[in-house]
Amino acid sequence: MSYYDPKDLRKFGQITQWSESLGEKFFEYYNSVFKEGALTAREKSLIALAVAHTEMCPYCIDAYTKDGLERGITKNEMMEAVHVGAAIKSGASLVHGVMMMNKVNKLDS
Amino acid sequence: MSQFKSLQSLRKRQSPLAQTERQLKLLEGGIFTEEDAPRFEERILATLKAPLRSKQLDILQVNLGYMCNQVCTHCHVDAGPDRKEIMTINTMEHCLKAIKSSKVKTLDLTGGAPEMNPNFRWFVTQAKACGVDEIIVRSNLTIIVANKKYHDLPDFFAKHGVHVVSSMPHWTEEKTDRQRGSGVFNDSIKALKMLNDVGYGQAQSGLKLDLVYNPSGAFLPGDQNALSAEFKQRLDRSFGIQFNDLFALTNLPISRFLDYLIASENYDDYMWALVDAYNPAAAQAVMCTNTLSVSWDGHLYDCDFNQMLQMPIQDERQHISEFDNDLMNGRLISVSQHCYGCTAGAGSSCQGAVA
Repeated sequence: MSYYDPKDLRKFGQITQWSESLGEKFFEYYNSVFKEGALTAREKSLIALAVAHTEMCPYCIDAYTKDGLERGITKNEMMEAVHVGAAIKSGASLVHGVMMMNKVNKLDS
Repeated sequence: MSQFKSLQSLRKRQSPLAQTERQLKLLEGGIFTEEDAPRFEERILATLKAPLRSKQLDILQVNLGYMCNQVCTHCHVDAGPDRKEIMTINTMEHCLKAIKSSKVKTLDLTGGAPEMNPNFRWFVTQAKACGVDEIIVRSNLTIIVANKKYHDLPDFFAKHGVHVVSSMPHWTEEKTDRQRGSGVFNDSIKALKMLNDVGYGQAQSGLKLDLVYNPSGAFLPGDQNALSAEFKQRLDRSFGIQFNDLFALTNLPISRFLDYLIASENYDDYMWALVDAYNPAAAQAVMCTNTLSVSWDGHLYDCDFNQMLQMPIQDERQHISEFDNDLMNGRLISVSQHCYGCTAGAGSSCQGAVA
């Protein structure tokens, strides 16, 4: 038994049941975000896939892998997007190394 | 003649799924009996406030035979080189008689590879003489380059103003070949160039070349317009190929695609995806209301999918030799759970999205 059940993804819409107004506001916002705008829906799908990985959200990875396939996005494009997310995530860790260096330089002259 | 895969039809493999009763039993069970998925007939009744019925006959879709030079993994016809069912000239004559006595606007020829029927060219020429507005040939493309005797097909199509509709599941070799067989992508590109060379897909030529996209796996097609724009850009940039429109079709869970869904353990999830994507607007415009499907042996069906499931029309006249115009006048359409494939998302028909 896992905390995550793939079948729960289909139930996402049910969150409106316990707070209709907030739930509906969320889905209205969510659906507006993913509409074609200055960025194409295809570009937004790849961004969502990258963020799904940095957030390590199984539901989002499931949803946006399928969304990418539906849009004809190739597995190479998907993997490159995942690497963009991973690079930012690792870069975000590594750039803190400057803090460590600053501290060492200050304390250990 | 080139053949692309050692894969054989379900029938040749003697797979249990070659039996249509087995397919229908599966379709009627699963999430519809073990979970709470609503059945298609209930859903369409709620949308239309009446059972699904035929309206008028615009398209006569004729299957010229199940023989094909390809063995695509998702083929809903279970076509292939090992299938010998082929329409006779006698049955073709009945089809021509039906066209003359009706207001059919479009004759839609499919297969297998319809070009492999030895009387294919005769039939097209005769149908043209009947004055039908449009003749569609659903070409798998590779047949054009498969054998010398088919190399002049682009000229034949152009001479008779045939509307060519061709399958192309992706603009990459890898995805196309995985679905349609090794070498299919490169041969398809060659054939598309030959069609472009005689004017197909070119502005003002009047020769229409459309592509059919169907997903390469257990997922639904995305937005038809976005996919069309993507295919146009990629095929033009990489190969200088032009085409008119792209039709995005949903794979219906029958025959070899059903076999694939079960073998890959995607069947229940795919059926739920179809059920969840039910669109009442698409349900209002399903193709079975204006299309009649004729099998290789002349039997009549509501659509190509019902033909493959051997679900006959609900009328005493079940053969093209008994064709009558009032066959399309409110005839009840036979449905099962595969029909969800035509009402999912933007809908799906042999002419692409409907909503």
